[in-house]
Amino acid sequence: MGKTIAEKILSEKSKSDAYAGDIVVAEIDQIALQDGTAPLAIRQLMELGTEVRAADRTHFFVDHAAPSPRRELSNDQKFIYEFAKKVGADFNPPGEGIIHQIMVERYVKPGDLAVGADSHTCTYGGIGAFSTGMGSTDVAVAIALGKNWFRVPESFRVQLDGSLPKGVFAKDVILKLIGDLGVDGATYKALEFHGECAENMTVEERLTIANMAVECGAKAGIFESDENTRKFLAELGREGDFREVKADEDAEYEKEIYMDVSSLVPVVSKPHNVDNVAEISEVEGTEVNQVYIGTCTNGRLSDLEVAARILKGRKVKEGVRLIVVPASRRVYLQALDKGLIRVFVEAGGMVLNPGCGPCVGIHQGILADGEVCISTQNRNFKGRMGNPNAEIFLASPATAAASAVKGYIADPREFL
Amino acid sequence: MKMVGRAWKFGDDISTDHITPGRYYHLRSNMPELAKHVMEDADPDFMKKFRPGDFIVAGKNFGMGSSREHAPLALKIAGVSAVIAKSFARIFYRNAINVGLPVLIADTDSIDSGDELEVDLGKGLVVNRTKGIEIRVKPIPEVMLKILHEGGLVSYVKKHGDIKI
Repeated sequence: MGKTIAEKILSEKSKSDAYAGDIVVAEIDQIALQDGTAPLAIRQLMELGTEVRAADRTHFFVDHAAPSPRRELSNDQKFIYEFAKKVGADFNPPGEGIIHQIMVERYVKPGDLAVGADSHTCTYGGIGAFSTGMGSTDVAVAIALGKNWFRVPESFRVQLDGSLPKGVFAKDVILKLIGDLGVDGATYKALEFHGECAENMTVEERLTIANMAVECGAKAGIFESDENTRKFLAELGREGDFREVKADEDAEYEKEIYMDVSSLVPVVSKPHNVDNVAEISEVEGTEVNQVYIGTCTNGRLSDLEVAARILKGRKVKEGVRLIVVPASRRVYLQALDKGLIRVFVEAGGMVLNPGCGPCVGIHQGILADGEVCISTQNRNFKGRMGNPNAEIFLASPATAAASAVKGYIADPREFL
Repeated sequence: MKMVGRAWKFGDDISTDHITPGRYYHLRSNMPELAKHVMEDADPDFMKKFRPGDFIVAGKNFGMGSSREHAPLALKIAGVSAVIAKSFARIFYRNAINVGLPVLIADTDSIDSGDELEVDLGKGLVVNRTKGIEIRVKPIPEVMLKILHEGGLVSYVKKHGDIKI
């Protein structure tokens, strides 16, 4: 019987013939942790008291509170740094960028099994890896033993047909899909993306979609690796890391979902759940106080490029705060070389150092009571941006940039 | 093992941001302090009403969102006996087992805040003493039951030196 990508990767890594529903113990290729989850993982690892077998595959990132706004967090970050140095693990200080962006830029390969102490670890499915978020203790065990147990998920085959109309982006596709499925519509499943639109997507677009798989409860969101993946890795000087990852023709799926993207329009997720999706026309005119362009969902070069295209020669509406955060140091440098940073600053925006920025509600743009933010991030839960009395709308970078110019939620199509 | 306590009822899709809000991020290495704020964004008065030993009861998809294990850990430290919900988000469910917080899948429609519940983990039964109703609990997967019985994943790995399924 044929296999899905999830079944293939988990079979290979567990050296077994695994299918959906099986429980396997699998060897893990890459392990990632961030400053919010690493201290607990390290304490659990110390409590375990075993030798650390996978330090060479372990990467620590300080991206959530970067640079630290508080003494407690500075101490946490120092604790992470000292531990990483002690065991010989990779450590990425504030300013390097977001965990998931750097894992994809430098470490994860197609066909890998990766785990991370962050729910958006599913991002790496954009390059054909099986990657999933776990808690600190599970990740601590992965660092200690180099493996962990997994239940092989059933897969949903998501067929994306057609081509994206003007003003509609990968972000709109995944928001629409989550709106259709619901926030728990794919709980425990793997989403496997196919179809003409998926095949034509750049890796950056695929990363945006895979990143949000967890927002409908999925364990992973996976694309096949192909020539686009090879090119993406080659640009990073990693062509040797390419490997073709494909599902078998006769693989079995729990469900097949079809979406013709040609008929899509720009959409947003309204407060306070990601599946509360509305077409742009339904919310157009909603006043915004803050616009955030960045994050592991939409802080890559192509995201900044489309935002800059809209903002070039225009001004951010008076009273609106525009915050732009490149996802990594590499993206930041590319944006500098292309003049995008100048566009954002001239338009009246703020450009902050690579990292998670205001997405997690710790620093760098906490909302006031009653304020509204439109953001390119992946979550709009109550309190997410530091204030339960504020509202968050999720959208593509184009919709966010158009909204920054207008001062209210705006349709990006008139700017493109 | 039998546990008795009052129910505190919540709706669907309670996120880890409701359970442990991001604005208390700096308290993650001070769990007893973080535990004073559990469920604050779902019910600001929760910790005033709650008594250790009580249960959290919810609708579907409890614990959606971030992978922060601090969410189930803070509930456990606050003294929550168990969380009973129609369904759980994947990462939260596994985290809860790993830290030794019982999480039970059951039809919670008949339970209201203030009901006195008796939970028998061994029998997989929730008895609503206030209403005189018995509710069956969906069994916890065997691999996770083993981990829960060892007191969590750290104790499990310490005892066995490995993961054996």
